[in-house]
Amino acid sequence: MLKKEDIIHIAELARIGLREEEIEKYQRELSLILDYFKKLEKADTENIEPIGHITGSHSVVREDVANDCAAETKKEIINNFPDKQNNQAKVKSILV
Amino acid sequence: MIRELHENLKNGKITSLELTQNYFSEIEKKDKDILAYLTLDKEIALATAQEMDEKIKKGEEFDLLGGIPMAIKDNMCVAGGRTTAASKILDNYIAPFDATVVKKLKKQGAIILGKTNMDEFAMGASTESSAYQKTKNPHDLSRVPGGSSGGSAAAVAGDMAVYTLGSDTGGSVRQPASFCGVVGLKPTYGRVSRHGLLAMASSLDQIGPITKTVEDAAIVLSRIAGRDKKDATSAKSGGKLYEDYLRGDINGMKIGVPKEYFNGGLDSEIKDIAIGALEKFKKLGATLVEIDLPYSEYALPVYYIIVPCEVSSNMARFDGIRYGLSIDDQEKSKIGGGNLLETYLDTREIGFGAEVKRRIMLGTYALSAGYYDAYYKKAQKVRRLLRQDFEEAFKSVDLIFSPTAPEPAFKVGEKTVDPLQMYLSDIYTVTANLVGVPAISFPIGTVIRDGKNLPIGGQLMGRWFGEEELLNAAYAFEKN
Repeated sequence: MLKKEDIIHIAELARIGLREEEIEKYQRELSLILDYFKKLEKADTENIEPIGHITGSHSVVREDVANDCAAETKKEIINNFPDKQNNQAKVKSILV
Repeated sequence: MIRELHENLKNGKITSLELTQNYFSEIEKKDKDILAYLTLDKEIALATAQEMDEKIKKGEEFDLLGGIPMAIKDNMCVAGGRTTAASKILDNYIAPFDATVVKKLKKQGAIILGKTNMDEFAMGASTESSAYQKTKNPHDLSRVPGGSSGGSAAAVAGDMAVYTLGSDTGGSVRQPASFCGVVGLKPTYGRVSRHGLLAMASSLDQIGPITKTVEDAAIVLSRIAGRDKKDATSAKSGGKLYEDYLRGDINGMKIGVPKEYFNGGLDSEIKDIAIGALEKFKKLGATLVEIDLPYSEYALPVYYIIVPCEVSSNMARFDGIRYGLSIDDQEKSKIGGGNLLETYLDTREIGFGAEVKRRIMLGTYALSAGYYDAYYKKAQKVRRLLRQDFEEAFKSVDLIFSPTAPEPAFKVGEKTVDPLQMYLSDIYTVTANLVGVPAISFPIGTVIRDGKNLPIGGQLMGRWFGEEELLNAAYAFEKN
């Protein structure tokens, strides 16, 4: 069973605000699912490499050139910014 | 169905405008009960239909999908329209561009009726985790349509779109197709570009059509497949027209029957229907071969480790800075001053629903220091073993058959209390995504529950990039 502190730590790492009353719910639910994952311990994976890309393609590259998008698209991207100043996304202060 | 509508458009029996209006009136009539659609775009749809009619009138050539009304799952971007992935965190998001699949369909003159409901960010198997509404199964309104592409499947089953697009990460096209009695195709990983699809688990996500017939699925696939430089995982398709491979003849084809899929929790009536379907394949000239997929029992835990890990990474982009919801409430300050961290915490707490948060938390834990080897790495190793199972099986068989889901559509609310119960609904579908092969669900029978006929789907899985064979076998089944 995950401890209360575990849940607080995970939520902090995941950047999800957590209410006190949710902690117990997450302890229960996540522990149950993690228990289910234990089934995998039985599988013998000695000398088995983890799989990378499932259909085997790798190192797909493109030329390192900037592709500009249409002015209209740009405008719409900027319109989606929750907070903006002079066509730039405004970010909250990091240090209080 | 598409071919027939195309002929009618060509012969002037009906115009695209009339056809589109017909579908809007079906939606008006039925969708207040079924709730398949999140947004409708009547104005643009009708204008596009009129443009199409002009072309047809002039005798211009037009594609099979030209002038045909369809709908798109709300996790794919349609430029200028709201794209929410059924999440509150994207409630106000207007897509600035078309997803590659949307661009391709528009080019063929497709009429987009609207965007369909889904589980929030495609996380779920019942469409109940949508932040907006619970879509109902057109065969029984007290039941779920399946998920996560539940709106897309219900729209087709309820005659509210000729076809729809869904996305399938672990069965999200096939399981709702099975529950709603329609056809759902998950192409090979890499067959269809995901550019403009809101990512859930990137090593598994594929876009696929939900249709009335197997031929329709082939027609739609031909038009959305192919390499796209905006999705580095996409593969060349060589411009294949999959509908040209539907011979309806499966004489000599070897169909694998995995022992592991016909044991355990399978509903006995569904088992009988699946066995009946196998008998039919045999009558059509196929040979049935019992096969072993020894690592099958691990597929579900592997899937439910890999998915939250990739989810926790993909969902990091929803931070209240670049788009979507942004909570800026100094009153709620936990740290003081309304700073960046607080925006993250509040936006994600309020914007995400329960299942999304659960998966982000699980994935964050599984990827955190000290646990990576035990969970993600272990799962990726077993995933290789699962793939080897399939490589081995495809040496002796051409296709693999199973039911699509272990049960018919379940009741609304039946599985929302226990997330693990919901996960078990994916037992037959997740493996195709884990190993990357194409798979199709098509109707193979019905069962009666509470006096209502509920559809049952059968699933065929094929070789990597072997959609022609897969579609042809399902086509032969459907035709006979």
